[in-house]
Amino acid sequence: MNGPSIQKPEIEFTDNIRDRNRYGRLWVYIFRFSTIIGIIALATLLFNIINQSSGYVVYEAKGDPAALTLDGVPIEEQTKDQLMRVLSSHLSKGAYSKLDRTKPFAERSRNDVYDLVVERIVKYEVVDSWLLWDSLTRKDEITAAVEEEYPEALLRFDVWINSDFLRRPQSSNPVIAGVRTAVLGSLWTIGITILFAFPLGVMAAIYLTEYAGDSWANRIIQTNINNLAGVPSIIYGILGLAIFVRALEPLTSGTLFGVTDPTSANGRTILSAGLTLGLLVLPLIIINAQEAIRAVPNSLRHAGYGLGATKWQTVWSHVLPNAIPGILTGTILAISRAIGETAPLVVIGASTVIYFDPEGPFSKFTTLPIQIYQWTSRPQDEFRFLAAAAILVLLALLLTLNAVAVLLRNRYSRRY
Amino acid sequence: MTHTIEKIKTQRIKVSEKLVYVLETKKLNIYYDDFRAISEVNMKIERNKVTAIIGPSGCGKSTLLRSFNRMNELVQGSRISGEVLFHGQNLYAPDVDPVEVRHRIGMVFQKPNPFPKSIYENIAWGARVHGFKGNMDELVEYSLRQAALWEEVKDILDHSGLALSGGQQQRLCIARALAVQPEVILMDEPASALDPISTLHIEDLIRELSNHYTILIVTHNMQQAARVSDFTAFFNMNGDRSGYLVEYDNTNQLFTMPKNKLTEDYITGRFG
Ligand SMILES: Nc1ncnc2c1ncn2[C@@H]1O[C@H](COP(=O)(O)OP(=O)(O)OP(=O)(O)O)[C@@H](O)[C@H]1O
Ligand SMILES: [Mg+2]
Repeated sequence: MNGPSIQKPEIEFTDNIRDRNRYGRLWVYIFRFSTIIGIIALATLLFNIINQSSGYVVYEAKGDPAALTLDGVPIEEQTKDQLMRVLSSHLSKGAYSKLDRTKPFAERSRNDVYDLVVERIVKYEVVDSWLLWDSLTRKDEITAAVEEEYPEALLRFDVWINSDFLRRPQSSNPVIAGVRTAVLGSLWTIGITILFAFPLGVMAAIYLTEYAGDSWANRIIQTNINNLAGVPSIIYGILGLAIFVRALEPLTSGTLFGVTDPTSANGRTILSAGLTLGLLVLPLIIINAQEAIRAVPNSLRHAGYGLGATKWQTVWSHVLPNAIPGILTGTILAISRAIGETAPLVVIGASTVIYFDPEGPFSKFTTLPIQIYQWTSRPQDEFRFLAAAAILVLLALLLTLNAVAVLLRNRYSRRY
Repeated sequence: MTHTIEKIKTQRIKVSEKLVYVLETKKLNIYYDDFRAISEVNMKIERNKVTAIIGPSGCGKSTLLRSFNRMNELVQGSRISGEVLFHGQNLYAPDVDPVEVRHRIGMVFQKPNPFPKSIYENIAWGARVHGFKGNMDELVEYSLRQAALWEEVKDILDHSGLALSGGQQQRLCIARALAVQPEVILMDEPASALDPISTLHIEDLIRELSNHYTILIVTHNMQQAARVSDFTAFFNMNGDRSGYLVEYDNTNQLFTMPKNKLTEDYITGRFG
């Protein structure tokens, strides 16, 4: 076939090494430029958030803290009993017993009572505040201005994101408002999302990759799953509203299980939210898990079958263990997306303002992104600072999740 | 299911005493969708002998080999016509479970493919899958000794099977196949990814194993076929690239006095 008889055609090349190199360098510049734009955008975002999350704040007390000194002890150093005496002597009897009814004083810690004294009697209010950048660069100017304008006031450098902020529940007073309610709401919701979507998603992925043949029905299912992953999240909210909040109300409100929580909000519960987000991430988890399962080399499957193992034995002992790092990373990335979702939860009716921690799947809830959204829409500057602080908490949560994903990938990654 | 297993087992005991042929194909055709990769193959495989399958690339050697333990079913669109008999029982009969077939007819692949688990676990897994109840340590040692690997790995049984050299990995795969006590072992170019020394190791091993097992080996290496096999089957492709059996004889005969001109050309390297 390829004997010596073939004729060599005329072959000529142009001398274009310089051009080719120049062309290549041009592309490198373009790539570098794109990267730099990305980094600038990211840096601006971070700067903006951090700038708002701490700075000088001027407080003015409505009541006089010095007047609350008891037995010569200022309120900052008083014990719980002393604080309770201050509280009862300055509040009306009705207001005091109402506090006791919402949560008995015996169950409140010293710091809770102190917060109550500050909130109800001293009534610190923010009268002015500055961003971090201004606080650092114009420190003297700010101190001078405050001394002149508010001689009575307290000027303090506040880091809005601090342990109190994480510890305290939501409040209408920015000075004592915290993010605990929202963090707990997010964790509960995500917990339910994982419990719902992870097993379902992985099992569906196993079925679709290992068992389902190449029929047209299966191909339609596959295409639909791929498309579902791109459906806007608000549509999942509408779906969740129809299914979980309305149709399955007895289940999601907990009445089916005899839960009659007076504060529960019909079907607008953590359970509904978790399931809605579960629907949202289900296609993502399926696709990622399928990807991971497909990446397991066929030679391993053949080795299993060749020994006379059943399909299930082969999948369980060889395919899954080798796919699990990929499945977990994919799941965590999907969950990260769910944590940041706001729109579908607004649609199914997350409460924007609640002051009590969620107690279970049938509680009303708010989540971090909704809390952030609610705070940013308040007119007072301070709430925007709180929002910035809450964004940092959310980012920290997401970074932690991603770090876990990386750790898992490194810990379990295998070679074949 | 158990019915099928019993059937094969009882037939083995009954038939293997009488017959020397373990496997037999009758008018076997193998298709990939509309393409016929193997046409009209009739051959009998003798018990406890090594049978080599040789032929030009693409003539369907691997395809034929995989049809002996129904591994070809894993390929989408593949199907067969005709019969493959194992102790007289058609392996493709509707009531035969491919899982049971692969238990009785093991396979060693071209590229060593140990599980990414410990050496011990590589051997033990297959046995456990079949509900092995005896002493696992003994079985692991026995299988590794049969595969002439024990001395090299006895102190590192907990190491990953992937940490071994290519030749050791292939012997591990052979040991793994032996551990489930098959009767027949199919080997698809088991030494093609190995260096000459490892290849000789594997060849010695195959000769040794043929005392207890029926072995079918696909190889491109003429000397290897001549060295290890008792019988050799030469396949060629016809006009529409479909593989057919040209000549099948005892190895000595086929290599020294081939009856067919094509065989002679192939083994002397004047082919094509
Ligand atoms: N999975 C498959 N799907 C479709 N056609 C296939 C498939 N595997 C093999 N074939 C075709 O079947 C024919 C025989 O292939 P096979 O792999 O059995 O050849 P072979 O003799 O083992 O070749 P080699 O010596 O190169 O390994 C070839 O024409 C090949 O293209
Ligand atoms: Mg082949």
